[in-house]
Amino acid sequence: MSTTALVRKSLFGALAVIFLAASGKSFYDHRHLREPVVLGPGVTSIKTLGDYHASLRGTVNDINLYVLEGKEPGGTVLVFGGTHAEEPAGRLAAWLLVEHATLDRGRLIVALSANRSASTVTRPGAAYPPDYTIPTSWGGQTFRMGDRWSNPLDQWPDPEVFIHYPSGQYLAYVDVRNLNRVFPGRPDGTLTERTTFAFMELIRREKVDVAIDLHEAELQYPVINTIVTHQKGQEFATMVSMTLTDLEGFNIGTEFSPLNLHGLSHREIGDHSQAVSLLFEAPEPFLDATRGRTNADVLLTGKDEFVVKAGKHGLLFAPIDEKGWPIALRVGRHTSSVAQAMATWSEDHPDRALVAHGIPRYGDLVKHGVGYYLRDPGQAAAGRLAYE
Amino acid sequence: MILAQSIITLAYYALTAGAAALLLYNFVKARTWDREVLYLIVLVPFLLRLLRVK
Repeated sequence: MSTTALVRKSLFGALAVIFLAASGKSFYDHRHLREPVVLGPGVTSIKTLGDYHASLRGTVNDINLYVLEGKEPGGTVLVFGGTHAEEPAGRLAAWLLVEHATLDRGRLIVALSANRSASTVTRPGAAYPPDYTIPTSWGGQTFRMGDRWSNPLDQWPDPEVFIHYPSGQYLAYVDVRNLNRVFPGRPDGTLTERTTFAFMELIRREKVDVAIDLHEAELQYPVINTIVTHQKGQEFATMVSMTLTDLEGFNIGTEFSPLNLHGLSHREIGDHSQAVSLLFEAPEPFLDATRGRTNADVLLTGKDEFVVKAGKHGLLFAPIDEKGWPIALRVGRHTSSVAQAMATWSEDHPDRALVAHGIPRYGDLVKHGVGYYLRDPGQAAAGRLAYE
Repeated sequence: MILAQSIITLAYYALTAGAAALLLYNFVKARTWDREVLYLIVLVPFLLRLLRVK
């Protein structure tokens, strides 16, 4: 090898190492970003999902479960944030519950990162931003942007066809890593299946009355701006929907969980436990296939001219205009829907009531924004700070 | 199924290491600068996966 070739290869090799280190640091930082959670006055204890299924202990999905116990006994509601980690309104709404809600009666259990593995990776080839920052008066809080599916580093390979357990239904191969396609899970299954199994154990052992799964959807998806309910909760969900539409200033519909579509929380939690299962969908233009630039700005403002154009051609199932769908509206829909579900449940089940205060509602979020309600971790009292 | 997954995963990492070694060998043996750059660019994702970063 000539000296020239040796020098050239050394130079190229050094550049490749720099490129490897820079990209590797970006991926590593995203996977290990710690998100502070200031425990609000209502948080009485923190459990972990591994408490309900030992094989999860020490894994990426051994997540925190924030318990807000009221002074008076009542029912129990479980809220899933981050089932799909690319749908930030669900996580942020759950965040506000942990940082602000206080239970007077009953108990609220909140997961902020139901599939934490999925929050450590973005969609390959989709140019997602690795994170997003919500501006606050104290600077801003940065959250991981995630994906719909568990990280392939944590669960791999995918099968040619995913056969759902226990129904035997055939689903898309990649959905073997989709938390909302593998309910009710199994104790000796994949990481994602063991995660849903642990949630089912939690629901059964803690006698959860209502399970609420917070989501967002593209506007080209017909199930949007709605509550999807198991048949056990049809009247309940319809009343929640009517009350929200009447009182909160936004429209939300009701859809019934298809009997033969398996793996989803609204179907399997209702089928395999005593709980009534609901799933709330808010609009997220960022997810639409017709979107233009894919960045944190579109994620948070919900503004995209191409999605607006698709709407003008009648291709969407939710309205959109130049104002977009700002994150505050999407989070507010979820917090109000959770609060209303608890109130409606309490009217129907006074012996298992769920009475809470302090939850920021839709109108509050539209007025002040999400950042107004995120607590400053620098001001957290000793022992009142956790990390996701 | 879980056992099969574990075996396939181990085999996959072995294949990834093998492919990375071949790419590195080809980089050393390449005689033109464009080939050298090509091998290095292809090598990076293999190394990231071996290091379990991506």
